[in-house]
Amino acid sequence: MEALRMTNISKNFGQVKALNRAEIVVNKGEIHSLLGENGAGKTTLMKILYGIHQEDEGQIFLNGQKVTISSPKEAISLGINMVFQHFMLIPNLTVMENIILGKEEAKMGVLSYGESRKKVMELSERLGLKIRPDMKVEDIPVGEKQRVEIIKALFRGAEILILDEPTAVLTPQEVTELFKVLKALKAENKTIIIITHKLKETMAIADNVTVLRNGKTQGVIEAKKATPEILAQMMVGRSVMLEVEKDKVEKGQVILEAKNLSLGNNLKNISFKLHEGEILGFAGVEGNGQTELLETLVGLQMPTSGDILYNKQNIINHSVKERLIMGIGFIPEDRNDRGLISNFNIWQNCILGYQDRYQKNGILNLSAIYKESKKLVDRYQIKTEGIFSPTSSLSGGNAQKLLVGRVFYHSPQVLIIAHPTRGVDVGAIEYLHQEILAMRAQGKAIILVSADLDEIKQLSDRIAVLYEGSIVVEGSAHSFSEEELGIYMAGGALKESKVVGS
Amino acid sequence: MKFWKKAANLVLRFVLALVASGIILYLSGYSPLKAYKAMFWGAISNWDGIALSLVQATPLIFTGLAVAFANNCGIFNIGGEGQLYLGAIAAGIIGAFLPSMPHFLHLFLALAGGAVVGGLWASIAAWLKVKANANEVIITIMLNNISILLCSYLVNYVFKAPGPVPQTPEVQPSASLSRLGTGTQLSTALFLGVLLVFAVWFILYRTKVGYEIRAVGANPRAAAAAGINVPGMMTLALFLSGSLAGLGGASQVLGLHGRFIQGFSPGYGFDGIAVAILGGNSPIGVLFSALLFGLMRAGGMVLDRTTKIPVDFVLIIQAAIILFVAAPDIFKSLKGGVKGARSVAK
Repeated sequence: MEALRMTNISKNFGQVKALNRAEIVVNKGEIHSLLGENGAGKTTLMKILYGIHQEDEGQIFLNGQKVTISSPKEAISLGINMVFQHFMLIPNLTVMENIILGKEEAKMGVLSYGESRKKVMELSERLGLKIRPDMKVEDIPVGEKQRVEIIKALFRGAEILILDEPTAVLTPQEVTELFKVLKALKAENKTIIIITHKLKETMAIADNVTVLRNGKTQGVIEAKKATPEILAQMMVGRSVMLEVEKDKVEKGQVILEAKNLSLGNNLKNISFKLHEGEILGFAGVEGNGQTELLETLVGLQMPTSGDILYNKQNIINHSVKERLIMGIGFIPEDRNDRGLISNFNIWQNCILGYQDRYQKNGILNLSAIYKESKKLVDRYQIKTEGIFSPTSSLSGGNAQKLLVGRVFYHSPQVLIIAHPTRGVDVGAIEYLHQEILAMRAQGKAIILVSADLDEIKQLSDRIAVLYEGSIVVEGSAHSFSEEELGIYMAGGALKESKVVGS
Repeated sequence: MKFWKKAANLVLRFVLALVASGIILYLSGYSPLKAYKAMFWGAISNWDGIALSLVQATPLIFTGLAVAFANNCGIFNIGGEGQLYLGAIAAGIIGAFLPSMPHFLHLFLALAGGAVVGGLWASIAAWLKVKANANEVIITIMLNNISILLCSYLVNYVFKAPGPVPQTPEVQPSASLSRLGTGTQLSTALFLGVLLVFAVWFILYRTKVGYEIRAVGANPRAAAAAGINVPGMMTLALFLSGSLAGLGGASQVLGLHGRFIQGFSPGYGFDGIAVAILGGNSPIGVLFSALLFGLMRAGGMVLDRTTKIPVDFVLIIQAAIILFVAAPDIFKSLKGGVKGARSVAK
């Protein structure tokens, strides 16, 4: 039976056509994946269903009935609920208070939890959604917050549950847990729509897949009949190499070495050696010291103890600039935060950090800057109207290419790279991975931090797992299974340290 | 396209400001049209009016540049008034008390003295911001009071010229900025201001230091990650900003009044904030918005002479323009400034 049909949905934001006659049909009791790259219009389409945006044209049918949904309140009363990527919970209320918020029962104006609490706990047990009802939301981990959001939706009587990129913040184990829950929900005939750009999880959990590209529905396909290659092609509009091919590269000298780095509670006794021609990947759930480690390596933070050796020289007291000149290139985790200056134009961002190379007696050599910037834009396939365009006009993928290109272009010896493909479309991911491997082939030494385990596994020669500021395990990349990495990432049972290869 | 849209937006806001102040004037029983005509026509229809406008605009070029320069580094320098006062008294002292020497040298020393003293004064705020992460808005505004009262003390007790008026002795001819003709108050201070407009433009857009200053202003965290010395750039920018304000004070003393007089500034430093923001924090924009403000001040004087409309009306128009034209941007830059202040330490 058809639970939902959205037809010919169009939506413009100013000049931007977010949706152009998009369609989606979802059956009752299925898990439906809404797949597409960033900016394809997935979230917009679902926000229309949830009443946050109103369609410019098109129709919505629920169980065959035409409906208009003008607010989330209406959507909720129709049994539609959405769990956002950024959770909408109130941190200093308890889990239970958050769940019943908006549906509080009261006796003579005094809150009474009795019935609601029973109902919530019953839901929690039946579906295997483990929660601790009396903890404050600010004190519970991300995975549990997500469970709270799901229970909250079900408590409000959700029949259609929309999840926006639900696995983005989870460890592999938590993803498995989540999938179990979703299957339990499916068994209760709930309809689930997952917004995602990840092929693997689509394949793993969905019954049917609707693919969006540039605001248009590219097609609907049964997940059983799909392959990652087919889905990727539908998403991008051309065939994409999903697996990167990694050539063997002779490992060179140790070029960067960390010795017992500690930084307050964030880093504890971190030691590692990085060779030329090698990629050392740091896996870990976000917030386990990755940011601090990288910022300590490039000189943005001063460790409380420990040493950093670069070419056997201790650089612990060297400034960011001195390290940069020595050849340590840095690609920070958030291109809009530490990476690019969004209201500079493109050429101004092309030289950021390297401006010393483009000046004489303190005066910028603009003709050289323009020339090199054009080369850089060409070399790294940055799609833009030109080097005088504002950086804010670049798409996420092109902005990332600019950030990565800027560092690669100025020939560093060591690369400190964080989340090189975050918020980047599949086509650009492929390209960026190839460029990173090309640097490795040139004998550059690379430190890679990523929340994407596949990325870490594919690119790295060695992997170290960070948990609560410590390296809990380190070994050659192919010696870990994804499950093992997941357990280490969660600080899990397999704690006896494992020494594999070198 | 974008430029014209921006320009149209500015003009519209300006017209709204005139309408709003016109309503107030009308309600007070005066004819707004008559007032505007007397004001603007009086300020541009004859050479005297134009000269008067330029005289009024001159200090605003300096203080506008000062605010704009700091803003480019993400720092909201509200202390222009105090920096202007100290620059003025330094120039007045150097101009009056140093033994006679060649014109060029004496003038240079007096101007440089004003610039350095204004710059160092502003650097106090920079130092507190960098060392203690203090908000420069609060520090610079408090320093205004200290500076103005310090100048009052100096001019009343230490460097006072004989006579009833609290002022320093007359600046020697060798340290004066020459007048552009007899019977006019216009001096080469105007040229100095215009010269500085281009100098500031060159520093900001053509030099490495300017690039780094603007990078810090636009995104201090990205600038830090790119190895730019963020606290250093902020200190430098505030120093130069204070120097510009100090030069403004010095040029008033050396070009217009011929001495430091207590209370000589009717708030040039504060008007510089509106001038800078109206000018979009660009040096060229500052030049034009300073001219507009100068014109309005001059127009106000004409208004006072030729009509019964009180001169305070000009203050109402200025306030309306600031509210309608500049306030949204002031607010934005204030927020940016506070954000900048929070992130210095990182």
